[in-house]
Amino acid sequence: MFNPQTVPDYLLQSDAVRSRFERLKAREPILEVRNLTKRFVTPQGEHTALADVSFTTHRREFVCVIGPSGCGKSTLIRILAGLETQTSGEVRVNGKTVRGPGADRGMVFQGYTLFPWLTVKKNVMFGLRMNGQGNTQAEREALQWLDLVGLEKFANAYPHQLSGGMKQRVAIARALANRPGILLMDEPFGALDAQTRAKMQAHLLDIWRNVDITIFFITHDLDEAIFLADRILVLKAHPGEVQELIEVPVPRPRSYAQFNTPEFLATRARLDALIHPPAQEEPEDEARVRPHMIRLTDVNDTVE
Amino acid sequence: MAEISQTGWFAVRRELSPRGKWMLGIGSFLLPVLVWCVVSYVPFVWHPQVLITQPGSVDYFQPGMRVDKAVFADELDHARETHAALPAGVSANPVYLPAPHEVLRAFYTAFTTPPASQDGVWLHQSLWHSIQIIFWGFVVSSLIGVPLGIVCGTYSVLARLQEPFFEFFRYLPAPAFGALMVAVLGIYDAPKIAIIVIGTLFQQVLIIANTTRKLEYGLLEAAMTLGTTRLKLLTHVVVPGILPDLYRDQRILLGWAWTYLIVAELVGTSSGITWYITQQARYQHFDNVYAAIMMIGIIGLGTDLVLAFLGRKLFPWDRTLKA
Repeated sequence: MFNPQTVPDYLLQSDAVRSRFERLKAREPILEVRNLTKRFVTPQGEHTALADVSFTTHRREFVCVIGPSGCGKSTLIRILAGLETQTSGEVRVNGKTVRGPGADRGMVFQGYTLFPWLTVKKNVMFGLRMNGQGNTQAEREALQWLDLVGLEKFANAYPHQLSGGMKQRVAIARALANRPGILLMDEPFGALDAQTRAKMQAHLLDIWRNVDITIFFITHDLDEAIFLADRILVLKAHPGEVQELIEVPVPRPRSYAQFNTPEFLATRARLDALIHPPAQEEPEDEARVRPHMIRLTDVNDTVE
Repeated sequence: MAEISQTGWFAVRRELSPRGKWMLGIGSFLLPVLVWCVVSYVPFVWHPQVLITQPGSVDYFQPGMRVDKAVFADELDHARETHAALPAGVSANPVYLPAPHEVLRAFYTAFTTPPASQDGVWLHQSLWHSIQIIFWGFVVSSLIGVPLGIVCGTYSVLARLQEPFFEFFRYLPAPAFGALMVAVLGIYDAPKIAIIVIGTLFQQVLIIANTTRKLEYGLLEAAMTLGTTRLKLLTHVVVPGILPDLYRDQRILLGWAWTYLIVAELVGTSSGITWYITQQARYQHFDNVYAAIMMIGIIGLGTDLVLAFLGRKLFPWDRTLKA
């Protein structure tokens, strides 16, 4: 009543959360993205996937990226990984400009991408061997990483013998074995069922807590983003621009009990408003699909 | 509404039991053999000719001679009218369709019969010669085709540089190069091997390049983010990644190489199994001809089965081989 301009709930942080963010921001930046722009030439003309994206991520931060489909989140993470090149702008990891894929950035893909001809252990050893480590040393380290993701029993299994969740654990172990500074994750749990996904989220937080790693995580699941992230980078589509960088006010350590806390709900409401604005213009290709519902059952036979 | 039963013989894409697979597989061979038996042993099925046993009064008939049924009936009527000695015979198939047991016997006698001429070769020598031609033709073709195909499947620039020309070249029939190859390589084995190489190589490069392209790109990306260098990407990801499919392609291509064998062996001095077949056909030993043709099939199918079995042992991670 005293201040007509009330602060939105999701910006209210408890003291503990505020001091955590202060400590986080005091850490050295590990990932700096400056004025990143990506344009594609398509038959329909030039398409801007990313427009002037800038942000900074600090060491051991957990960043989630969300946005509507077509906002260029995948393009962004692929540029960070070095798998695509930007039209303009700069990406720096540990102060070094990114010019291509490298072992300093690990990546976990939605489609697992495990090497089917290698056993689980050899998959995890792959990066170490590629970077010139000896066989015995690599094997010892691989087994440690498999132990960390709980798959030491499956060391000699082939990927096709594992479930989706197990495959993704191997993929995480394989990426981490290289000791990258950043772990890039492109909707890694998107193909998993709800139960497995929840387990994997908790497990990923466990890993992040115990390993010196910064996680850059793309998702389209708002709850997943709030549950995992320190900060959420919200992108908007056409062109992909940074809409907001939200500091998640939910205190750590996180648990599923927090899904109904006021901070969580406030953040959720804010994300909803950003991703699904009330009077949103439908994207063109969606607008063309207009179901025309006709009654094909008895008029009085209602189910609702 | 009619429902489709998904049990029984004509269930769509039904999974067969291993025993059922065996039985049906054997059946696939028994069926044509059965047709052959019926045509050969049941006198009123086909049998368009008569095998003369008694020439009777017909002066040009000889025992063992085959004449059309109509001719035989004519001569028989004629003999009856003139009250001369009647010719006799049994209905028979033409000489080019021997009965199964004759061909079966030929399988054995072909190996025990010494060559007709002094400088001739035994059947097993002919076969061995043919196998060597195939082997070397396929090895030479693979030595060029496999690496080239893999490289072209990986690097688009190289693929574009060779593919349009190879697409053109693969339509040129390999036998058309016979005379040219003899002029260049002489009359012995070299031009025969060259024909097989020409027939196989161009298809091989295109097929293997295609197989390489089907490797999931995500695997290459994953390897790159793990710090794999460009050369190691080829040796540690592309090659092992396509190996089961490459092996399958090679099996199919080996079958392809066999189909070029006969034309190849006709080039220059005729040799190998082809020489054997043409010789036997010339003397109307069609049982031997069939036996020799079947031997090619048996060797081909045999190698393929062995290779398929080896493939299952070699690539335990491969899911598609099991089918």
